[in-house]
Amino acid sequence: MTTATASHTETTVEVAGLAIRVLRGGAGPAAVFLHHSTGNPGWMPFHEALAESFALAVPDLPGYGQSARPDWAREPRDIAVLVNRLLDRLELSGVTLIGAGLGGFIAAEMAAMNQSRLSRLVLIGAAGLQPNEGEIADQMMVDFAEYVKAGFRDDAAFEHVFGAEVDPGIKSLWDFSREMTARITWKPYMFSRRLAPLLGEITVPALVIWGEKDQVVPIACAHQYAKGLANARLEVIAGAGHLVELEEPETVARLIAAHAQS
Amino acid sequence: MFIGYFTERPYQDPNSGYFGATGRDLTDLAMSNASYDPKIGAELYNRYLDEKVYAEEMGFDGLMLNEHHSTPFCMGGVMNVEAAILARITKRAKIVLLGNVLPIWDDPLWLAEELAEIDMISRGRLVTGWVRGTGRESIAHNAQSPFNWERFQEAHDFIVTAWTKPGPFRWEGEHYNYRYVNPWARPYQDPHPQIWIPGVLSKNTVKWTAEHRYPYVMLATELEPTLKSYQYYDEVARENGFEAQSQHRGYLFKVHVDETEELAEAAGRKYIQGPSNPFLEGNQGNVRAFIQNLPGMTSRTNLLPTVTSFALAASRGRQQAHREAVGLAEPDKQDKADYLGTFEEQVNKMSIITGTPKTVIPKVKHVLEYLRPGSIFFWDGDGAMTHEDSMRSLRLFGEEVIPAVREIGKSLDLKSPFEVDTKTNKPIEPAVQ
Repeated sequence: MTTATASHTETTVEVAGLAIRVLRGGAGPAAVFLHHSTGNPGWMPFHEALAESFALAVPDLPGYGQSARPDWAREPRDIAVLVNRLLDRLELSGVTLIGAGLGGFIAAEMAAMNQSRLSRLVLIGAAGLQPNEGEIADQMMVDFAEYVKAGFRDDAAFEHVFGAEVDPGIKSLWDFSREMTARITWKPYMFSRRLAPLLGEITVPALVIWGEKDQVVPIACAHQYAKGLANARLEVIAGAGHLVELEEPETVARLIAAHAQS
Repeated sequence: MFIGYFTERPYQDPNSGYFGATGRDLTDLAMSNASYDPKIGAELYNRYLDEKVYAEEMGFDGLMLNEHHSTPFCMGGVMNVEAAILARITKRAKIVLLGNVLPIWDDPLWLAEELAEIDMISRGRLVTGWVRGTGRESIAHNAQSPFNWERFQEAHDFIVTAWTKPGPFRWEGEHYNYRYVNPWARPYQDPHPQIWIPGVLSKNTVKWTAEHRYPYVMLATELEPTLKSYQYYDEVARENGFEAQSQHRGYLFKVHVDETEELAEAAGRKYIQGPSNPFLEGNQGNVRAFIQNLPGMTSRTNLLPTVTSFALAASRGRQQAHREAVGLAEPDKQDKADYLGTFEEQVNKMSIITGTPKTVIPKVKHVLEYLRPGSIFFWDGDGAMTHEDSMRSLRLFGEEVIPAVREIGKSLDLKSPFEVDTKTNKPIEPAVQ
């Protein structure tokens, strides 16, 4: 495998009066990645791997990272409206829309309201549904660093990505991200009873990817998404945790590229 | 001078095994209520009410209640129920609620009605106080922490309006919406009960309190940072065109008085034993900082000088701000020692005052001279203190301490919000009984 270019660009796009930061890199069909509730730490190896197959855009979700906060937003659906408008602004079409965790919740909401710009949907450990079995881990009841750790299969995997001593900038990102998350998904926590009934309307081919050992969003939700979406397939990554795309960036990127070509 | 009595009403269960070095986990919000015994609860609620009645007999001006949730250190989850009972069974003392946790009310109209009823039943003896609550309260009643401050302010505006504006009217706010506001209960006091705001750490709250010319009551904070926080209130007052005086300052502090120095020390040590408030230094419980520091709950930087107390900052999840305030890179040994706060250390810095009337009165005098509060509350009968400990102290307060403190208050010209109007700084004529 050849190494993709490490270069990426950073742009700012205005939506509803809010400056949204977008990282872009790679070439090919359009793809958009929506990050977890803990924010986007930067241009990650996973993004680099996707950029081998796609022209990838990675926005900081409104209210996260470098993107302005919509003070009025009260639920992930509000963020979905803004990101749908972002796709319009970027004039993207035939998009492979990829969302992880809370980003998956928002991606599903986006597809439910308008799938005309989408060619594929990819949900990775996506929140958004009330699990039939188990409960979504509540980050408000633990320290934010502990919460991120719980997303990995083990501490070694956490340290591999974030190091033994986490950079203060990353800690600050987690801290502020948690505040935005608390603004948009407090009760019920990390799901909406108004999403599940719409899943059958999402006809764009969907790939649901889940870490087998996900301790954050129960794997029951993987099956609920796979069953509820009109046209979906499930891939479970053996041994992986919730942050499967950070643990196994190459594997997950390859699955997505294959899905886009299927 | 206004002199009030306070106890946090701990749930004391000698059989629980939670308190008293049994090795069981004492972490706040990590303890199951499976061991809660309502029969013990029944005895304790009645005991604390009896003590309040006796405090009134002993000459206290005010009976203070507070509210916390899902925790054994304070049984006042629904303190309005206790207040309503006191409204009926006491005759003279003010019933001071410090305070109702406004942001956790989804329906503050209900609170406006409850408080109006208490004010009427007591024939105008309610002092209402409102707080933002700790992370515990937001978790316990699942109130969205990033909107805590907004909800506090809107609930305040709404309740005051509901009390003062003839209904029916409509309220379409950011966090509260009503199509018909017309409570069939109005406060006995005109226009409404006095509003006092207690606090410990938030600068926003002090600024807001001063802007509204409400008295600010500091809760068991250390002397020097308390004075500095009052001075911040004074600054905001000047910016708003008035001079803050003693009627704007309230202070709660731990004072126990006993028959002998030996008894006083034995009882005083109980402040930091048993189910005492885990926020406070030296106490046996631990707090989970990440719950106290819920996202968006308080400002990350806009803190009062009280942040120099490690125990207080840690209780709100603000260790980093504390380190910056005292110029430390990392928590050092002195901080840890401070947090562990032995009884002796706390006595030395007057975080705990205990003794016979002879030794207690000069210390109270020092506090009054140093802080110049118009209202004070003696915090007693807490932690592992028994009913007998409380009753001995209450009797001696009545016989010796309160009369002496009143004289000291007079000599220092300390005026309460019942003597000087905090809104106008003009004397209030005593009501004809």
